[in-house]
Amino acid sequence: MGNLDPQGQPVMPKGGQRPLPSALHATSRAVFPRAINGRFRRLKWGLMGLCLAIYYITPWLRWHRGPFSPDQAVLIDLAHRRFYMFAIEIWPQEFYFVAGLLIMAGIGLFLVTSAVGRAWCGYACPQTVWTDLFQQIDRWFDGDRNAQFRLARAPWTAGKIARRLAKWSVYLLVSFATGGAWILYFADARALFHDFFTGQAAPIAYSTVAVLTATTLWLGGFMREQVCIYMCPWPRIQSAMLDEKSLIVTYKDWRGEPRGKSAAKLSDKPAGDCVDCGLCAAVCPTGIDIREGPQIGCITCALCIDACDSVMVKTGRPRGLIDYATLEDSEKERQGQPPTPHIKLIWHARTLIYLGLWSAIGAALLFALGTRQHLAISVAKDRNPPFMLMSDGSVRNAYLVKWRNMEDRPRPMVLRLSGVPGATMWAEDMAKGDATTQLARTIPADQTEPLRIYVVAPAGTSEQNLDFTLTATDPEGGSVHYTARFDAPEGGQ
Amino acid sequence: MMPEEPKTSKRVDEATNTETMGHEWDGIEELNTPLPRWWLYTFYACIAFAIGYAVVYPSVPLLKGGTEGTAGWTSRGALAKEMDAEKAERAPILAALAATPIEDLPGKPELMRQAVAGGRAAFKVNCVQCHGAGAAGSIGYPNLNDDDWLWGGSLTEIQQTLTHGIRYPGDDQTRMSLMPSFGHDKILTPAQVQDAASYVRSLSGLEPKGAAAQRGSAIFATNCVACHGPEGKGGRQFGAPNLTDRIWLYGGSREQVVGSITNAHAGVMPAWSQRLDPVTIKMLAAYVHSLGGGEAFAPPAPDPAPAAPAAAAK
Repeated sequence: MGNLDPQGQPVMPKGGQRPLPSALHATSRAVFPRAINGRFRRLKWGLMGLCLAIYYITPWLRWHRGPFSPDQAVLIDLAHRRFYMFAIEIWPQEFYFVAGLLIMAGIGLFLVTSAVGRAWCGYACPQTVWTDLFQQIDRWFDGDRNAQFRLARAPWTAGKIARRLAKWSVYLLVSFATGGAWILYFADARALFHDFFTGQAAPIAYSTVAVLTATTLWLGGFMREQVCIYMCPWPRIQSAMLDEKSLIVTYKDWRGEPRGKSAAKLSDKPAGDCVDCGLCAAVCPTGIDIREGPQIGCITCALCIDACDSVMVKTGRPRGLIDYATLEDSEKERQGQPPTPHIKLIWHARTLIYLGLWSAIGAALLFALGTRQHLAISVAKDRNPPFMLMSDGSVRNAYLVKWRNMEDRPRPMVLRLSGVPGATMWAEDMAKGDATTQLARTIPADQTEPLRIYVVAPAGTSEQNLDFTLTATDPEGGSVHYTARFDAPEGGQ
Repeated sequence: MMPEEPKTSKRVDEATNTETMGHEWDGIEELNTPLPRWWLYTFYACIAFAIGYAVVYPSVPLLKGGTEGTAGWTSRGALAKEMDAEKAERAPILAALAATPIEDLPGKPELMRQAVAGGRAAFKVNCVQCHGAGAAGSIGYPNLNDDDWLWGGSLTEIQQTLTHGIRYPGDDQTRMSLMPSFGHDKILTPAQVQDAASYVRSLSGLEPKGAAAQRGSAIFATNCVACHGPEGKGGRQFGAPNLTDRIWLYGGSREQVVGSITNAHAGVMPAWSQRLDPVTIKMLAAYVHSLGGGEAFAPPAPDPAPAAPAAAAK
């Protein structure tokens, strides 16, 4: 079997010759990745810092919105059904903005995959970031790979129990900080922080934190790579998205083989660059050996690249025996051709199509956001009965008209009626003798006011369209329009 | 090339170095890929949960009924609990409604809103059978949305009608009136009935005022004005319909009007006080009043022919 597995056939990650299973379950081996330093490791530290900083700082940012709205910059206010994000305030009726953002996030994943392969898995996925964090805690408490091995195999002495309890307490603390910060996005962070620790927060806050703490502890502290290999659908989707032009972490077997001195002796060939030190496998956070070729367990975190580069420096060989490369380039290099420049690897047609799509949706959302009215009208017509014949032969229709003021201040508004000759309207809180063609109301800040409105048209009016126009009468102005149906008996009778 | 003899009886797939399950269908074999341990244990935990669930909750069907479970849970009991919680939540509103006379409701918009909402729910249960889901009625069953009221459209009048019903036996305060069956009881000849129908229909412009209507006018003056008034505008004291407007409870076609004069209708509505509590009736009155035809309070008219609502004036 070649080192490069054709078609990215998933090779089980637990190392070379898999023992034949005799039990109902596969034997699982704990992963103790060794610490390594290098440029990708530094990049990962940086990104981890950035991700954690965004996660923990965001709820504390303030954004002044006036006296009627919360001043938290990013707030998902489920109780009042508002989503605040800096200058943007989204109402439930505008949920398509959120849907658009989610679609952009989805296409963004495709875009990143097309450009740089499984970079999301390797650098930014919360599972990766928190696993990385927990593995670093392991090193602080138990030492590096070999020490962790020894401790894992050691009998359960008092000392080991104490060390384990201490480590798991820190796990718990990290998990609590993770789950705890989550709720700060859903209520005023300062008040909630205070209430939470004084026992005054809502029960849902405590149960949410408990669930998220438990899942973080379980998934980050103990499941780790098992999540990527068995639970997460994204690697499976990725194996359908990756092709011979995708950047993956590749062991350049034509350069490395035969690996080690002993293998070289056996094969009558000059020894390859790989000295078979096994460092690439030792640093792997999912416990695979990249030299077996592309596999589903590889999250392309590139730590094996750092590991191998550090060895190549020591043996005086050029770096990049393990490196980011495409399958197509691997074949080129194997035949001695120069590789494709990186810029071309990233900016190929599929990337550009995804980028175009992503930007188009983003631009459309921004345009919609920039041009949206801060007042809105929605009209629900009574359908049962559709119309009402009055004693004088006139025809009455009823509508539920919602006046929506999306500004943080009260606004005077006028509702006008047009389109049906002779039609007048009155609201539920008025006498029908006061029927008119325009109603004025002041809508409180950030509110929707439903008003039941009766429209009456003279005898003989036939079924036709009826126009409601809602106009803000303050200096800022603005006007929205709704065309409703006015039902009448057939032939106007 | 002959495959190497495997250690077990099952073949080991060369490409993946994985044992097969030992089955083969037209050359297709299944790889044996065992679950990870945690997965298997999760599966066991689910089985344990299922057993525990079967013990605690009703689950095993027997010939009659099924096992009851140690927790004593039933869906009926859960519903009753939920209903009790709802009832407890509504108690203060219902108490406030009970303490508020219906004529004071318009001054308390929030309570009014609650009453209308409660009335809407009660209407769906008790009233839609005759008046329809949209309260639009049908032939013989009044439309409650319009501005034409037989017995009055203010909150108190609607409440009165709801409480005591219309022509409902067993309630001595029920709204009572009886139109004679002029044709059937031979008070009028068939030709006179036809003439009266012509006159009645001419009042709202459904027919020209011809010779028949002229003859009918005299018949009307003798037989009908006592209840329907000299101008045919009806009288709420007797629940006599206004004959000059466009609303016809029993239909306005010639055939229908002749039918109504020949065999009088006497629609019945139950006295709901016998079935519903006063608060529910109050809420129903508020709801019906809110449908668009509700009238403001007017002092009860002693005059047998009160003025028709302004909107109905022709």
